[in-house]
Amino acid sequence: MKPAPFEYIRPATLPEALAALAQDEDTTVLAGGQSLVPMMNTRLARPARLLDINRLPDLDHVRDEGSVIAIGPLARHADIMRDPLVVEHLPLVAEAYEWIAHSAVRNRGTLAGNLCHADPASEMPAILQVLGAELVLRSEADERRVPAEGFFLGAYETGRRPGELLVEIRIPKPAPGTGHGFEEVAMRKGDYAWAAAVATLRVEGGRIAQARIAVAGVETRAARLPEAEAALDGEAPDAALFAEVARAAADGVTPQGSASAGAEYRRDLVRSLLPRVLARAAQGGTT
Amino acid sequence: MNKIAIETTVNGRRREALVAPRMLLSDFIRHELALPGTHVGCEHGACGSCNVLVDGRSVRSCLTFAVQVDGAEITTIEGYGTDGLGPIQEAFWEEHGLQCGFCTPGMLATARELLDANPDPTDDEIREAISGNLCRCTGYEYIVAAIRSAARKLRERRIEDTLQPA
Repeated sequence: MKPAPFEYIRPATLPEALAALAQDEDTTVLAGGQSLVPMMNTRLARPARLLDINRLPDLDHVRDEGSVIAIGPLARHADIMRDPLVVEHLPLVAEAYEWIAHSAVRNRGTLAGNLCHADPASEMPAILQVLGAELVLRSEADERRVPAEGFFLGAYETGRRPGELLVEIRIPKPAPGTGHGFEEVAMRKGDYAWAAAVATLRVEGGRIAQARIAVAGVETRAARLPEAEAALDGEAPDAALFAEVARAAADGVTPQGSASAGAEYRRDLVRSLLPRVLARAAQGGTT
Repeated sequence: MNKIAIETTVNGRRREALVAPRMLLSDFIRHELALPGTHVGCEHGACGSCNVLVDGRSVRSCLTFAVQVDGAEITTIEGYGTDGLGPIQEAFWEEHGLQCGFCTPGMLATARELLDANPDPTDDEIREAISGNLCRCTGYEYIVAAIRSAARKLRERRIEDTLQPA
């Protein structure tokens, strides 16, 4: 298993990288390579031209910008999960990382690459949708911001246009009083999820003021569950309510099966995981 | 495709080479540098056998291109003990932390990274750290025992070092 030959370019600056992307739309971006290189080794991917962005300067930041934590495209999973800003302001991200890949993969893999790869069973696309993150996409001519919610179009398919590079991930700090929960079932901890459920709840005066829920590993893309969110809105957090919402959500998803985890099993996981993450989120608590 | 010149330090020794961009770091280490201690298992990042240290951090050498380590410092299993076995290797030997030995170089890279960051890990932390390394022989129990013992050896060695007169 060896990758097919490719042309390799390693620009030294962001403008050079964007120019190279504009020049040839078939260029594939190499960041951490932890999803791309396995696909190249097995020849599921045969990029003609690889643009290695690893030497671009000053793009590995995790920055506090007031109401937002801004993460650069070369920030590695291992650095993000231990970053004091992330631990303090985005505990959901820090804790969920325990479930994402293994140390050697987290050492090289980037959050930006993970999002652009858009594996349906990848956790961060679900988590960033729940947190209301915004993705900054830059091309040679333009820059635009896309909500994470609108970015994941299907399996391995995103709203990133040819010539664009994901140059920043902007994650709002959750409002005070927001609790979170994350649960996953996979063949082995660190593997892609058979099903992962994530929720944040803000409870005010005994009522749910804001509910955000998403699942990954179930459908062809990680997605929010707006009907389940609406069913919780304004209600008092309660185990029976959570079970009812989970039942409806499980009935509503269109799970994809695989050899190791069939579609109905994944539906069942949605039914059993959602009440747990909602209960934890209602306690304000950690995953 | 054109070959690219790279320069790396491998086990303390400076190495220069011309590599095709598609050459994986694992193949570079084994075939170009003739260091066969790095084992290639699955070649798609699932098994961890090919883990090596790049600038002190464990990486899957089958998921890294050799061109990417230009300027980096690499440690493979051959670089662990300059005079005989290093303390982690010694602990694996004493505690029967290997049977066929295929996963061992990757296990050691992972163990070394863990013990560099956490000199006294709990068994749970050890299990968590090696969760990305597959072993098909030992059932992991002896590997956990070996890493626990290696941690103790390294701690004792640090204490001895600090007791040496300056």
